[in-house]
Amino acid sequence: MTTTQFDALLPYTLLAAASLVVILLIAFRRSHTVIQVVGFILMCMVIAALLKVRSVLPVAVPPLFRIDGLALLFTALIVFCVLIIGLFSFVYFEEREENPKEYYILLFLSTLGATILTISVHFISFFIGLELLSVSLYALVAYLRTRNNAVEAGMKYLVLAALSSAFLLFGMALIYMDKGTMDFTAIVPSGSILFIMGAGMMVVAIGFKLALVPFHLWAADVYQGAPTPVTSFIATVSKIGVFAVLLRFAQSIHLQQHPEVYTVFVVLAIASMIAGNLLALVQQNIKRLLAYSSIAHFGYLLVSFLTIGEAGTQASIFYLLAYSIALLAAFGVIVLLSTRQKEAEDLADFRGLFWKRPLMAAVFTIALLSLAGIPLTAGFPAKFFVLASGVRQHLWLPVVVLVLTSIVGFYYYLRVIGVLFAEAPETPGLQQREPKERLLQPYFYAAIYATLVVLTALSFWLGILPATTTDGIREFLLIR
Amino acid sequence: MILALMIGILLIGGVLCWLAAQWSAAASKWIALLAAVTDLALSAGCWLRLRDPGPNAPWFIDFRKAWIPSFGISFHLALDGLSLVLLLLTFFLGTLAVLCSWREIKQRRGFFFFCLLWTLAGIAGVFVAMDLFLFYFFWEVMLVPMYFLIALWGDTRRRYAAYKFFIFTQAGGLLMLLSILALYFIHGQGTGNYTFDYFSLLNTALDPSASKWIVAGFFIAFAIKLPVVPLHNWLPDAHSEAPTAGSLLLAGLLLKTGAYGIIRFILPFFPADSAAIANWAIPLGVTGIVYGALLAYSQTDLKRLIAYTSVSHMGFVLLGIFSFREIAMQGTIMQILTHGISTGALFVMAGMLKERLHTRDLGIMGGLWTTLPSMGGAFMLFTMASLGLPMLGNFIAEFLILLGTFPVSPILTVLASGGLILSALYSLRMVQKTFLGPPSTPHALKDLSSREWLTLSALSISIIALGLFPQPVIDLVRPVVRLLVSN
Repeated sequence: MTTTQFDALLPYTLLAAASLVVILLIAFRRSHTVIQVVGFILMCMVIAALLKVRSVLPVAVPPLFRIDGLALLFTALIVFCVLIIGLFSFVYFEEREENPKEYYILLFLSTLGATILTISVHFISFFIGLELLSVSLYALVAYLRTRNNAVEAGMKYLVLAALSSAFLLFGMALIYMDKGTMDFTAIVPSGSILFIMGAGMMVVAIGFKLALVPFHLWAADVYQGAPTPVTSFIATVSKIGVFAVLLRFAQSIHLQQHPEVYTVFVVLAIASMIAGNLLALVQQNIKRLLAYSSIAHFGYLLVSFLTIGEAGTQASIFYLLAYSIALLAAFGVIVLLSTRQKEAEDLADFRGLFWKRPLMAAVFTIALLSLAGIPLTAGFPAKFFVLASGVRQHLWLPVVVLVLTSIVGFYYYLRVIGVLFAEAPETPGLQQREPKERLLQPYFYAAIYATLVVLTALSFWLGILPATTTDGIREFLLIR
Repeated sequence: MILALMIGILLIGGVLCWLAAQWSAAASKWIALLAAVTDLALSAGCWLRLRDPGPNAPWFIDFRKAWIPSFGISFHLALDGLSLVLLLLTFFLGTLAVLCSWREIKQRRGFFFFCLLWTLAGIAGVFVAMDLFLFYFFWEVMLVPMYFLIALWGDTRRRYAAYKFFIFTQAGGLLMLLSILALYFIHGQGTGNYTFDYFSLLNTALDPSASKWIVAGFFIAFAIKLPVVPLHNWLPDAHSEAPTAGSLLLAGLLLKTGAYGIIRFILPFFPADSAAIANWAIPLGVTGIVYGALLAYSQTDLKRLIAYTSVSHMGFVLLGIFSFREIAMQGTIMQILTHGISTGALFVMAGMLKERLHTRDLGIMGGLWTTLPSMGGAFMLFTMASLGLPMLGNFIAEFLILLGTFPVSPILTVLASGGLILSALYSLRMVQKTFLGPPSTPHALKDLSSREWLTLSALSISIIALGLFPQPVIDLVRPVVRLLVSN
C-alpha cells in the first residue's frame, strides 16, 4: 500500500479508530458525557480528514476500494447524519434504563460499515461493509433489551437481515461463477442465466436493506420498536450506505444495458411509491408513518437512480441530503418530546403542539413540508431534480406514478400537520416541559435545540438557493 | 426591482407579524395593514408612472437575476398591463382582507396574518413571474398558508375543506410541473439552450403529439383553480368553510390565477392546441354558467350560495378566453376584476352577518334591513352588480364577453345569456332571504362600524367606477390583448 492510498483511507481509519477509542474510554472512565464529547470530536475529525483527502483523490486501493468524489460525498453525508444522531442519543439514552456507553461502539462500527460501502468496488468489501453495518444494527435495534417492542424489532431485523445476507452471498457467488471476477468494473454485461439469477438475488438483498416494496415488511415494526436515535440511523445512514454501493454497482455494470434487471428496478420503484404512500395513510403512529414515508421516498429516489447518469446521480445525492435533513429534524423532535416512560410516537401526543411549544412544532412542520416537497424547503428542489432527471430520460411511467403518489403523500403529511396545529388537549401530556431538562446537562439540550434550528435553516437554504449545493455536488462528482 | 420589493415586503411583513404577536396582538394587525397598504401604494405608483410602456412593449418592467443557473432557472419578474391590473386587484383585496379580519380573528392573530400575507405574496408572485420554475414555485407557495387559513380559522368542517382544497390544487400543480419539465427538455433538446424562461420557451417548436399532453397538464391545473365545471368540487367547501378573509382571497384572487394562467401560458404557448381546447372549453364554460347558477339557486347556506355564483361567473371567463376575440378578451379581464370585487364584497358581508348572527343559514335570516339598513343597501348594490346590472362593473364585463362570443358560437352564447336570467333569480332570492321579508331576530344588531364602512365604500366606489369608466383598464390591457389575439 502506498502512502497516497494510506492517506486517502484516513477518514475510514479514523472511523475504525473511533470505536476503539470508545472501548478504551469505557475501560478507563465510564462517563457518558465524556464519551459523547469525544465521539463528537472524533466525528468532526473525520469530516476534517474528508476535506483534507480531497486533494489527493481519486485514489484506487485495488482490489477492494476506490475513493473518489462520489464516495466522499456519501461518506460526508453519513458522518453528518451520525454527528446529529450522536447528539440525539445522549439525551435519549441518558434517561433510559440501559447503560448507554457500549451503544457508541456499535454506533461507530455500523457507521464504519456504511462508509465502507460507499468506497467498495468489490464483492468482498461490499459484503464486509454490509455485515459490519447490519451486525451492529441487530444489537442497536434491540438495545433497550427489557422493552418488548425493542426485542421484537431486533429479532425481526436479525432474522430478515441474515436471510438477505444469505441471498446476497449466493447472488455474488453465482455472478462470480459466471464471470470469474468479483470486481465491479470487471463484470462484463451478459444475458447468461447465471448472471441474471445472481443479480436477481442481489436485488432481493438490496431491496431488503433499502426497504423497497415487496421487501419492506420489517420496516414499520423495526422503526417503531427501535430506540428513536437508532430509527433515525436506519432511516438515514444505513440506507445511504446501501444506496451508495448500489449506485456504484449499477454504474460499473451499466445497468441500463440489462433490460431484465432494469425492469425489476422500475417495478420496485413503482411498487414502493404506491405501497409506501398508501400504507402511510392509515398509520396512527408517527414512527410507523415515517417508516412508510421513507419507503415511498426511496421509491422516488429510484426514479433518479434509474437514469444512471450525471444528472441522475446529482439528483440522488441532493435528494438524500434533503431527505436526511428533514428526517433527522423530525426524529429530533420525537426524541425531545419522548420521556423515560413513553416514546412520543402516537399522533395524539402531538395534538396542539404548536400552541405549547411553537419551536418544536415549527421544526416538525417544516420537516414534514420538506418531505412532502413544498417550495421554500429543501424537499422541493430535491423532488424537482428527481422529476427533471426522470423526464429527461423519458421515464414516463415512474414519473407519472411519482406525481400521483406524492399527491397521496400530501394527505398524510397534512394530517400530521393538522394535528400539530389542532386545539391542544386539556390534560397535560408529553408536551409539558419535563423537569428532566433540569436534571440533565442543560448544555446538551441547548445543543439539540440549536441543531434543530440549524437543520431547519439548512432546509430553507437548500430550498431557496439550491444552486451552490448542486454546483458543489457536481464539482465533487467530477473527481473520479 | 420594485416587483421583488413588493413580494419581499409581504414575506418579511408576514414574519414580522408572527414575531410581533408574541409581544402585542394589536401590533401584528397594524404591521399586516401597513405591508398591504404599502404594496397597494407601490403598485398604484407603478400604474401612474408607467403610462408609456417604452421600447419593449407591452412590458413595463423587467427584472432578472440568475437563481439556479445550472438548470437555466432565473428569478425573472416582469410586468405588463395584465399583470399590473391583477397586482392592483391583489393588493386592494389584500388590504381589505386584513381589514375584515380586524376583529373576526381572535386567536393566534400573529400566525393568521403571517398566513394571510404569505398567501398574498404567492399570488402576487404568480402574476409577475416570467420564469416557469418561479411561476410554479409561487403557485405552490400560496397553497400552504391558504391551507392553514382554512384549516385553523375556518368553520366546523374546516379540516375536510382544507384537505380537499389542498389536494385538488396540488394535484393540478404537479401535473403542470410535469408539463413544464417536458417543455423545458423539448426546448432544450431542440435548441441546446436549457432554460425555464418564459420568453425563450414561447417559441418552442413542438410536435403535435407531445404538445397535446403538455397542454393537458397545464389546462388541468388551471381548470382546477378556475374552476371549470367537472373540477369545481373543492370550491364550495373551501369558500364556505374559510374565514372571511380566506373566502375573500379565494374568490377574489386564487380563482383568478387559473384564468391568468390560461391567458398567459396556454394561449401563447400552444396556439394550435388552444383552438382544439376551445371546442371543449366553450361548452364547458356554458355548462358552468348554467350549472353554477342552478346550484346557487338551491343553496340554503349563504356562503355556499355565493361560492356557486363564482362557479357561474367563472364560466363567463372561460367562454371569453376561448372565443379568441379582442372584445371578449377585454371582457374577460374586466370580469376577473369585477368578479373579484363584487363576490369579494358579498363574502365580506356574509362574514359580517356571520359575526352578528353566528349563522350562515338562509332559513334563519330575514328582514335584516330594518336593523341593518346600511349593510342592506350595500348588499343590494353588490347583488345587483353580481347579476349584471348596467352601470356596475360586471355588466360591462359580461356584455363584452357575450358580444365577443356571439360571432363565434351564437347558440352557446344564447344559452350563456340565459345564465344571466338565472343569476337574477338566485341573486334576488338571496336578498329576499336575508334582508327582506319578516324580521327574524328580535334583538337589535349593530349596523356597520366605521371600519366596515371603509371596507364597503372602497369596494362600492371601485365597482361603480369600473361600471362607469372602464376605459382606463381597457387601455391598460389593450396591447397585451392585441398580442394574444393576433396569434
